[in-house]
Amino acid sequence: MTQATYMDATPYQDDLIKKFVLAATFWGIVGFLVGVVIASQLAFPALNLGLEWTSFGRLRPVHTSAVIFAFGGNMLFATSLFVVQRTCKAGLYGGAVLGTILFYAWQLVIVIAATTYVLGFTQGKEYAEPEWFGDLAVTVCWVIYLVTFMGTLYKRKEPHIYVANWFFLAMIVTIALLHIGNNLAVPTVLFGGPLWKSYNIYAGVQDAMTQWWYGHNAVGFFLTAGFLGIMYYFVPKRAERPVYSYRLSIVHFWALIFLYIWAGPHHLHYTALPDWAQTLGMTFSVMLWMPSWGGMINGLMTLSGSWEKLRTDPVIRFLVASVGFYGMSTFEGPAMSVKAVNSLSHYTDWTVGHVHSGALGWVAFVSFGALYYLVPVLWKRERLYSMRLVSYHFWIATIGIVLYICAMWISGIMQGLMWRSYDELGFLQYSFIETVAAMHPYYVIRAAGGLLFLLGGLIMAYNFIQTIAGNLRDEEPYEATVAAAARG
Amino acid sequence: MANVEKDLISGQNTTGHEWDGIKELDTPLPKWWAYIFWACIVWSIGYFVAYPSIPTLTGYTKGVLKYSSREELSKDLALQAQQRGKWLADFQGKEVGDIAKDQNLLGYALRGGKAAFNENCAPCHGTGGEGSLGFANLTDDEWIWGGKLEQIQQTITHGIRSDDAKGRSQEMTRFGIDGVLKADEIEKVADYVVGLSSGKADAAAPGAQIFADNCVACHGEGGVGNQDMGAPALTNALYTQIKGDKASIVAQVTNPKHGVMPAWEARLPAETIKMLAIYVHSLGGGVK
Repeated sequence: MTQATYMDATPYQDDLIKKFVLAATFWGIVGFLVGVVIASQLAFPALNLGLEWTSFGRLRPVHTSAVIFAFGGNMLFATSLFVVQRTCKAGLYGGAVLGTILFYAWQLVIVIAATTYVLGFTQGKEYAEPEWFGDLAVTVCWVIYLVTFMGTLYKRKEPHIYVANWFFLAMIVTIALLHIGNNLAVPTVLFGGPLWKSYNIYAGVQDAMTQWWYGHNAVGFFLTAGFLGIMYYFVPKRAERPVYSYRLSIVHFWALIFLYIWAGPHHLHYTALPDWAQTLGMTFSVMLWMPSWGGMINGLMTLSGSWEKLRTDPVIRFLVASVGFYGMSTFEGPAMSVKAVNSLSHYTDWTVGHVHSGALGWVAFVSFGALYYLVPVLWKRERLYSMRLVSYHFWIATIGIVLYICAMWISGIMQGLMWRSYDELGFLQYSFIETVAAMHPYYVIRAAGGLLFLLGGLIMAYNFIQTIAGNLRDEEPYEATVAAAARG
Repeated sequence: MANVEKDLISGQNTTGHEWDGIKELDTPLPKWWAYIFWACIVWSIGYFVAYPSIPTLTGYTKGVLKYSSREELSKDLALQAQQRGKWLADFQGKEVGDIAKDQNLLGYALRGGKAAFNENCAPCHGTGGEGSLGFANLTDDEWIWGGKLEQIQQTITHGIRSDDAKGRSQEMTRFGIDGVLKADEIEKVADYVVGLSSGKADAAAPGAQIFADNCVACHGEGGVGNQDMGAPALTNALYTQIKGDKASIVAQVTNPKHGVMPAWEARLPAETIKMLAIYVHSLGGGVK
């Protein structure tokens, strides 16, 4: 079956948004795939293949950069530039030109970063691995992005700036600050060294502190503030309900922005970092709990009055589940920042599980919801190729996440407890190698969970290809079967 | 606001703004949310008062509890040193043989030895000391460099073919690549060794004379081995560096592989090495 298309005459640069949507889908699948590969390497080390280029140490940053900056970055560009045009009733500042330069430059940055990681070039900073030339390229992209976004806000035809745009702008400004602050480095070529190498200007504990100021706020602004911007547009749009509370959005926005930036030291509890800085990181993380939940409340309560859509619309299901996962991981985070908890959880798989409940459950799910909304709108289709496939994607991915985070909770807590077990004579109960052996089954389960998540992503991509081709899957309308089942 | 309207489902007014069809309700902050937020802030202020928190130009506020993670660590280490102290004197003063005769000290040595073994030795010798190809099995009664307590202690302390001058360093002659034996002679002697290790040595075999001329100096009459030379017994099927088939024996005689073990003297305290020697000795094949 094929479906009708429609025409409209909006002044928006939607062809650019299409590019970002396709890139986000592509890089998402690449990132999930590399994630499955490295999770399998942890369970079965032979999969490192004995080659330096395919070893865990080199592929791990390919995974993290692909999902955060390639998938997440293209997602943020797609949604923020889509939302800012519509909520400002204005086309993009700089027309399609600036945005198109941003698109190609960003894809180039991704390819440069991934290539250099595999070849062994890194500045050894987590989530900031690219060497100085990669950092400069990112900076150029970010300036173009800021100009495009700010320019569009400036020429808006609405009297007020919508809340989603506050979050996007806060993300853009703060990421600029973090990226430059953390990556200040001196290329060795200035002193007759190799061209590809640089040294960071910080050393020792100051280097660690700057790194985690950056690292935590890459999560706090890139993956939280930016994606809250996505939530604030796509949840009310899809639910066709007003945002629950304007006041809550103001208070939680400013509280979140102010508090997040101080929370980084909780990554360095019980280290050489001075005690006062550890106190700062812990208390600001605990104070951050409610500002985070403000976003969750506004997301969930916007559904009130249309909860039945959870049964009839699997796209809403993605959006609501994402907000639920957001609430869960923003409770878990402050709990783990408390020093007594951290002394058990630090350096274990618990941290990995926590990150992924946020990354898979919140960031990826809200992205999937937004993508399923965007594809028919951008390609001017009446609806998606198949709502049933969206539902399959939802359940397969959800089961994948549950397997992943449960395996990491068990493995992480077990690992932490084994590390701190002493016998009555004061000798360690378990050696490190025994803790590694004990984690093996959970590593297998984690890899299986990741595989399900990847499978869901492939189903989504297939659905998009068919939707863009203008096809309709030969299936009973999703809403009707659900309604019939509900009637019994 | 002119555009304020009542939302029929929630009964709340909207704020009157609208963007691309999205409106906002004027719902007040949820009370429970505001209370918990305030509670977290109050708790944090209390924590600032109690613990180190605010940086100053010359240091930081120490808090009323005067907590310091560095002092906490020092206290922990001191407590542990005190607990271990009563054992330590015996382990430092006595020889391994005497330690092993004292039931109390022996029990302590076995526990401490196991912990140290699993942290330091298990990566090569396995968590149970079972070894693997290239790494000696420590659970049988077959010893390359000797299975007495003092011999084990010596091996751990100075290593095998390590950079320690007192380490065990003898190597097998490279019969093949150094041209001592011809290829067909190596074939014959390998046949003879296969026979030796399976208990079917044939004194009339062509390899027997070659063995007597070249191998007996180290491996002994009849291949019984010589622990002072690190020459393993060839009269059984237990091999460490190679599998025991003919092809691998030919390869070993031609261009021998040698086991290597680091000297642990510089890495572990002497008392830990004594515990390790006693633990390894206990694993199954300790020699009196």
